[in-house]
Amino acid sequence: MPLTAETIIQSLASGLLMGLLYGLIAVGLALIFGLMDVVNFAHGEFLMIAMYATFFLFAFFAIDPLLSAPLVAAALFVFGAVVYLLIVRFAVRAKANAGMVQIFSTFGLAIVMRGLAQFFFTPDYRSVTHSWLGGKTVSIAGVFLPVPQLVGALVAIAAFGALYFFINRTDFGRALEATREDAGAVALVGIDKNRVFALGWGLGAALVGLSGAIMAMFFYIYPDVGASFALIAYVTVALGGFGSVFGAFAGGIIVGLVEATTALILPPSLKSVGIYAVYLLVVFVRPRGLFGSM
Amino acid sequence: MDTTFAQRRRRDLIVAGCLAAVAALVPLFVKDVYVQNIMVLTLMYAALSQSWNILSGYCGQISLGHALYFGLGAYTTALLFTKFGVLPWFGMLGGGIISALIAMALGYPCFRLRGHYFVIATIVIAEIGLLLFHNWDWAGAALGIDIPIRRDSWLTFQFTRSKLPYFYFALALACIAWLVTWWLEDSKWGYWWRAVKDNPDAAESLGVVVFNSKMGAAAVSAFLTAVGGSFYAQFVSYIDPESVMGFQFSLLMALPAVLGGIGTLWGPVLGAVILIPLTELTRSFIGGSGRGVDLIVYGTLIVLISLARPEGLVGLFSRRRKGAAR
Repeated sequence: MPLTAETIIQSLASGLLMGLLYGLIAVGLALIFGLMDVVNFAHGEFLMIAMYATFFLFAFFAIDPLLSAPLVAAALFVFGAVVYLLIVRFAVRAKANAGMVQIFSTFGLAIVMRGLAQFFFTPDYRSVTHSWLGGKTVSIAGVFLPVPQLVGALVAIAAFGALYFFINRTDFGRALEATREDAGAVALVGIDKNRVFALGWGLGAALVGLSGAIMAMFFYIYPDVGASFALIAYVTVALGGFGSVFGAFAGGIIVGLVEATTALILPPSLKSVGIYAVYLLVVFVRPRGLFGSM
Repeated sequence: MDTTFAQRRRRDLIVAGCLAAVAALVPLFVKDVYVQNIMVLTLMYAALSQSWNILSGYCGQISLGHALYFGLGAYTTALLFTKFGVLPWFGMLGGGIISALIAMALGYPCFRLRGHYFVIATIVIAEIGLLLFHNWDWAGAALGIDIPIRRDSWLTFQFTRSKLPYFYFALALACIAWLVTWWLEDSKWGYWWRAVKDNPDAAESLGVVVFNSKMGAAAVSAFLTAVGGSFYAQFVSYIDPESVMGFQFSLLMALPAVLGGIGTLWGPVLGAVILIPLTELTRSFIGGSGRGVDLIVYGTLIVLISLARPEGLVGLFSRRRKGAAR
């Protein structure tokens, strides 16, 4: 593909759309980290089951991903809260090797989820074949944009807006902020820390559920699909500064644009190298990410 | 039975010697090739996990990118042999030195990072290595390298008829990794590393050169891991980027130490002896058709052990040491 102004604008535009989606995938991770300093290493597998849920709702009940997105998000909310109550709640109490226990308990969960997906859904590649938006493109000022990604990007912007409102304007949002500031002190004013954490995990997982439903419109679904997106999500969150919800938004946009730019210069199989290199460059200069506090 | 540190160290050495001697005799009684294969892998992972444990367990710099050094060892050996006819022994040494140098070059910027920023940097760097080897035509790209079989000898380190030589080499490797750890535990470096792990700022203020300590740990750890990678290349005689540099290797190296007891002398050995046979057996008995049962068993075990025994299974064996750890 020759490098003309058109191809550059074209790929930057699709990079921007993908970037907003990366932000949406990553924001749940950032939320949970900000709340309780835990990195969910099963984040990619949360995305994977959301994609499968969307696929099965489509395959068995002919529900379009656009309609099933809220259902999937709700299901993931419950799933996230359960994962907190059954596993993470105990992991954060570990007396020895606390960091290691957090990493490996969620890693173990990821491996179990992948195994279960292989067992029940087989390793076959699935796809949502004819959704309302799938395969359609629109042309805006001569730039062709795939409709699923465009809608996904709009959903991502709306979700970030809602999240901003939610964190700053609601009681639960304030409880969330207070708990991340000082979990010990909130217990003194009668907020149940465990409940806030469980709801935080639910909310984080619901956001992944939303992204999964959108991703299912244009991406293959298979048991390992989460792995590559998870690494991108970690990079996105780290770029933004761990725990900063709006850092994840900015991080996502940067990652999407960098990926698109790399794909213009290097062979497609190397497009992730650009993202990884940018991550390293950023943390080498600013060891706390772009928007992280020192 | 109150023992001093020196007495405990002597006892560890004696126990290790006895275990190694017993292990060396096992193949005389176990002739089944399948079982021998599992024993080779168990010893290899014990050695790898012991090497990983030096940087991540003792020095506290959690690396989930050690597959890079494993892969560099495997590739150096395989490339030198297939392209230039250099014997694997030199490849092993070369791979180890290259890996140690790269570990230090990468450590220079990375050791400023802390916590999750460091962990993710290790994953990302190994992933870049994987992608580069995937696209490096001279090194076989995605197809990998088929190591030509010359003749069975220790000179070429190739044995097609028997697994025993591989077994004894893996045993030697596991013993060396254990001995290096044993020796380091009571050296200046060992004390520095534990201080860096517990509280780098306090260690620095007491005169520990934190940065150099981390660099030392990284170099030793990467060297030993690369030797393991060279061994693996000879053992399977075919390598490709995914099979020697994939993320799963980084994980497989860390798990025995994590389950057995991170930052302990016996943890990696104990973890490997339990984990590797279990994985291989579940894979061949119930997971044969790629249905993922092995992953379910494996993952459940990781979750349960990390929640129930955060200090590792080693704690079960020594009540006294558990008391001392508090």
